[in-house]
Amino acid sequence: MGKTLAEKILSKKSGNDARAGDIVIAEVDLVFVQDTTGPLTIRQFQSGGFKRLANPQKTVLFVDHAVPSPSHSLSNDHLFLRRFARETGAIMSDLGEGVCHQLVGESLARPGDVVVGSDSHTVTAGGLGAFATGMGSSDVAVAMGLGKTWFRVPESIKITATGNFRKGVGAKDFILHLIGQIGADGATYKALEFSGDTVAAMSISQRFTVANMAVEAGAKVGLFPADETTRDYLTEQERGDHYQPVFPDADAVYERTINLNVAELEPTVAKPHAVDDTAPVGELKGTKIQQVFIGTCTNGRLEDLTVAANILKGKKCHPSTRLIVAPASRQVLLEAIEAGYIQVLVEAGAVILPTGCGPCLGLHQGVLGDGEACLSTSNRNFKGRMGNPESFVYLGSPATAAATALTGEITDPREVI
Amino acid sequence: MLRGRAFKFGDSISTDHIIPGRYAHLRSNLPELAKHVLEDADPIFVSKVKAGDFIVASNNFGLGSSREHAPLVIKMAGVSAILAKSVARIFFRNAINLGLPVLICDTDGINDGDELEIDLAAGTVKDVTNGNQFTFGRIPKVMLRILDEGGLISYIQKHGDFQL
Repeated sequence: MGKTLAEKILSKKSGNDARAGDIVIAEVDLVFVQDTTGPLTIRQFQSGGFKRLANPQKTVLFVDHAVPSPSHSLSNDHLFLRRFARETGAIMSDLGEGVCHQLVGESLARPGDVVVGSDSHTVTAGGLGAFATGMGSSDVAVAMGLGKTWFRVPESIKITATGNFRKGVGAKDFILHLIGQIGADGATYKALEFSGDTVAAMSISQRFTVANMAVEAGAKVGLFPADETTRDYLTEQERGDHYQPVFPDADAVYERTINLNVAELEPTVAKPHAVDDTAPVGELKGTKIQQVFIGTCTNGRLEDLTVAANILKGKKCHPSTRLIVAPASRQVLLEAIEAGYIQVLVEAGAVILPTGCGPCLGLHQGVLGDGEACLSTSNRNFKGRMGNPESFVYLGSPATAAATALTGEITDPREVI
Repeated sequence: MLRGRAFKFGDSISTDHIIPGRYAHLRSNLPELAKHVLEDADPIFVSKVKAGDFIVASNNFGLGSSREHAPLVIKMAGVSAILAKSVARIFFRNAINLGLPVLICDTDGINDGDELEIDLAAGTVKDVTNGNQFTFGRIPKVMLRILDEGGLISYIQKHGDFQL
């Protein structure tokens, strides 16, 4: 009997014949924390009696959520992380480098790796075929100390996507639609495994968008095969030697299969305050939006900024709508400058934030006022998510976000492209 | 035997409801952070809850972020167990790792404010107020061993490694 991607990777990393439902102890190839979960992780590491990291060069501390620091207490948390890095030899990725998941994708995760991070969107690296999952501080602390962790091998749900996206429709609409269909707990404890000709044609940037939101359906991982596109991406990132093909077996056993013909998909938006409360953009036409946010580990990559810049070129944002853009990494920012996108966006009226998580989690930089609504390219819209429980967050694609910035109300991007 | 009052919550209480991101600056000041527990689901929860009480929720409790601060502030508020129809994956593991029991059962027969008695060993919940009795699903063995040691960190202090 064949194996799913999850079973294959966990078999290799545990040295066992790992099957869905088994408990395995797997070697961890990369472990990381970020600045809002890292301090507790380090304290748990110290409480556990650990003196040294199992693999300092495979342990990364990211400062990305609160950058530059908005308060002295967060500055002290950053100091704590830097001191720990100096003492243990862990890799420090400090402010300006970018969002942890983007950097893990650009430079660190390899196909077939097991990656754990103290951030739920660690699943993003599933776009490269890595078994990457978010955990809490205690689990990550132990993974830092022992170089391994335990997993229950997940059952897999196979998502087979076929057809070509219509103009103005893409990966974000696909994953929002899927979550709307299966629900925010539709894949709890499971692996989502993506396949089909649409998936084969997706760029790595688009695969990251989809894998990133697997956790919004409750999934442990969102896994893509590591194919030629993966190899080409790693080569472009000057780490072609990190490539190895990772594919599921043809006779792998899935809990269920969901077939989606993406040719029928509309631009899709998630309504406040639930990621699975989705609707075609047309149903929300006319909804007034005071802030548009383009960025994050979901949609802060060059491809996303390209889409936004192409829509906004030579135009101005609606006078009642603020546009905030946060490139996901230094590489993205530099490439966007070189391509002229930053100039286009600034001329259209955008505020460019430093690379990082920006306003996504309500910590700073763009907190909404009472009764205000934001159309965001991020991954969560829970009540209070963007800093004010009296505000409203809609989730959509970079194309929908840019179109909405132009008109001041939720707009089908096909009306402006 | 655990004994306390039920505080009822509905579906999809996220980690943002439990401890909002706007309090990230308090994450290294846990006593201050804990004052905001469940603030966006029930702004006066923290003033009502007493040591030993229970959170009784519906579906997908704890969805969202991996922040271990979420079960941590619930534990600091004195909550002795969480009962829910279902819980999100990371939250479940985080709660057990902190020694906070999460029990999966049909919570419809429990009303807000009811007195409950929970027998962890027998796997039973008794609603003393209305007489209803429930059983809860078994916690997986590996997690039970961690829970029995009071959480993952004390488990590792004792065993030094995973003994699955």
